[in-house]
Amino acid sequence: MKEAPGITGLILNEPLLWEKGKKGRRGFSLPRRDVDFCPLDENLTSKTLDFPDLSEVDVIRHYTRLSQWNFGVDTGMYPLGSCTMKYNPKINEKQARLQGFAGAHPLLPHTLSQGALKLMFELERLLAEITGMDAVSLQPAAGAQGELTGMLLIHAFHKSKGIRRSKIIIPDTAHGTNPSSAALCGYRPVHVKSNEQGVLSVEAIAEVMNEDTAGIMVTNPNTLGLFEKNLKEIAEIVHSKGGLVYGDGANMNAIMGMVQMGQIGADIMHLNLHKTFSTPHGGGGPGSGPVCVKKHLEPFLPVPRVAQESDRYVLSEDFPESIGRLHAFFGNFGVMVKAYSYIQSMGPDNLKKASQLAVLNANYIQEMLKGTLHLAYDRPCMHECVFSDKLQQPHKVMTLDMAKRLMDYGFHPPTVYFPLIVNGAIMIEPTETESKEDLDLFIEACKAISNEAQQTPQLLLEAPQKCKVRRMDETAAARRPCLAG
Amino acid sequence: MKEIGELQLPDDVRYAEDHEWARSEGENTRIGISDYAQDQLGDIVYVEFPQVGDTFNKGEEFGTVESVKAVAELYMPIGGEILAVNTALEESPELVNKSPYGDGWLIEVKPADSAELDTLMTRDVYLETLKGIK
Repeated sequence: MKEAPGITGLILNEPLLWEKGKKGRRGFSLPRRDVDFCPLDENLTSKTLDFPDLSEVDVIRHYTRLSQWNFGVDTGMYPLGSCTMKYNPKINEKQARLQGFAGAHPLLPHTLSQGALKLMFELERLLAEITGMDAVSLQPAAGAQGELTGMLLIHAFHKSKGIRRSKIIIPDTAHGTNPSSAALCGYRPVHVKSNEQGVLSVEAIAEVMNEDTAGIMVTNPNTLGLFEKNLKEIAEIVHSKGGLVYGDGANMNAIMGMVQMGQIGADIMHLNLHKTFSTPHGGGGPGSGPVCVKKHLEPFLPVPRVAQESDRYVLSEDFPESIGRLHAFFGNFGVMVKAYSYIQSMGPDNLKKASQLAVLNANYIQEMLKGTLHLAYDRPCMHECVFSDKLQQPHKVMTLDMAKRLMDYGFHPPTVYFPLIVNGAIMIEPTETESKEDLDLFIEACKAISNEAQQTPQLLLEAPQKCKVRRMDETAAARRPCLAG
Repeated sequence: MKEIGELQLPDDVRYAEDHEWARSEGENTRIGISDYAQDQLGDIVYVEFPQVGDTFNKGEEFGTVESVKAVAELYMPIGGEILAVNTALEESPELVNKSPYGDGWLIEVKPADSAELDTLMTRDVYLETLKGIK
């Protein structure tokens, strides 16, 4: 295919379910009642039930039509920077749907959950190997909860030594959730600027690291898609002052099998299984944010932990220094099954290859679009590249307009206006699963849009034109949100 | 977005590096964000204010301003006690975009040190800094 995938076609409208159907319509019929009538406690019931009356075909068409309005990675390229929207092989979905896993109840005794527990135990070992860490908790339900867990672990570590520290260093290239996680745990985030190369300098950290600082949160590669090459030295400085190094593993897709964060100074690291290890997450979930730690932090990991006792697996609460539970059960188990299936079906060599291709693809886009779009930091990138709208500004065309126009060409827009340190940022993460032909189509689309910005800017200002809905009024949506159905 | 020449940069206010402005009004000082700042942020949708009576030093964060594009921290151009916040912005945050130096003001403070205002940039110096950024 040489043409961009975006094209118009017939799309069917669909009202809300409450606007469909007719009183008394049903999607099922029940057999005649053959037991005595037994009313529920009145406190548990209501007089009116606001459910639409629909037939089966009403419901099927409703959801089928809605699904046709959607765009996902199964539809096309989804280069949303920092989100790792790679294609997730269907084999992993299949494993997660195995009856023994999908039907398992979290309250089953361990004697009836040996398969699930074994999978969790083995997944922990695999993640420890990939990150170069010693112990893992699969409990955090998503990345941000993993970060909070990490902060609680840092606090528990210092507390066990009778020390109280109040600050955490956060670079300006960290993920936005980092300072929030630190603050939620009661730490004061100390912001540090990255240098002119877009990475942290050793001096900048040496200047702020002191005995009141509990540690540093580093995203590596950082949100500019650049490798924090000074991390080893930075970690030495932080450690020498008694602090700990937290590695945000949201960008792990760039370094699987290439860099073990545990070897270059990280004491704690979280992973986003849903990003790097294959769970569809475009709808905002479900996530899984395991936390991997070095030996000295293992006693503080959340309970219960999966433990091996001779020939069986159990859930153990016997860790007196643990920070406790993070939520009711053990995390989003289905995501763990997919991650396990992904890691096992890929194998170590292919995981490494996936990261290499993710980096290669991003660098290919960076090189091909350099000059068409302004490149924020002109040096080889990792898994994502960051441009800006600087070259389009004279035509009064902004990042937002280009992002909207990309939809007309059939691509999901990249991440825009993040990272904040690049004005009008356009952050592209193609991932390893896009073929060269698809990358070329995307590059061609970006070049065509850049030409349009010069010659027919109105096309961009009025984009998208081919989508079911045109330009949304984001301001009104934010100022006066309508949250009712 | 505006070209440098299109920016409104009145000379009755002083400017801070983080693009806040401060204007002396009798004994008190009014504070807001510059035309450049509102233009960069785009449509403002929410302003988070400090409590009246809070005291901040120069450079300390006193609130945040949220646009469709980003959330930006607000820093005190001078130190002082918060006397009033512009509650009109709760209903109409767009005033910051429409009138950054007028109805879109953010807070009023009682300066801790009235000489601090003079350490801020004049219109011309601020304009030079913006040329450096653009």
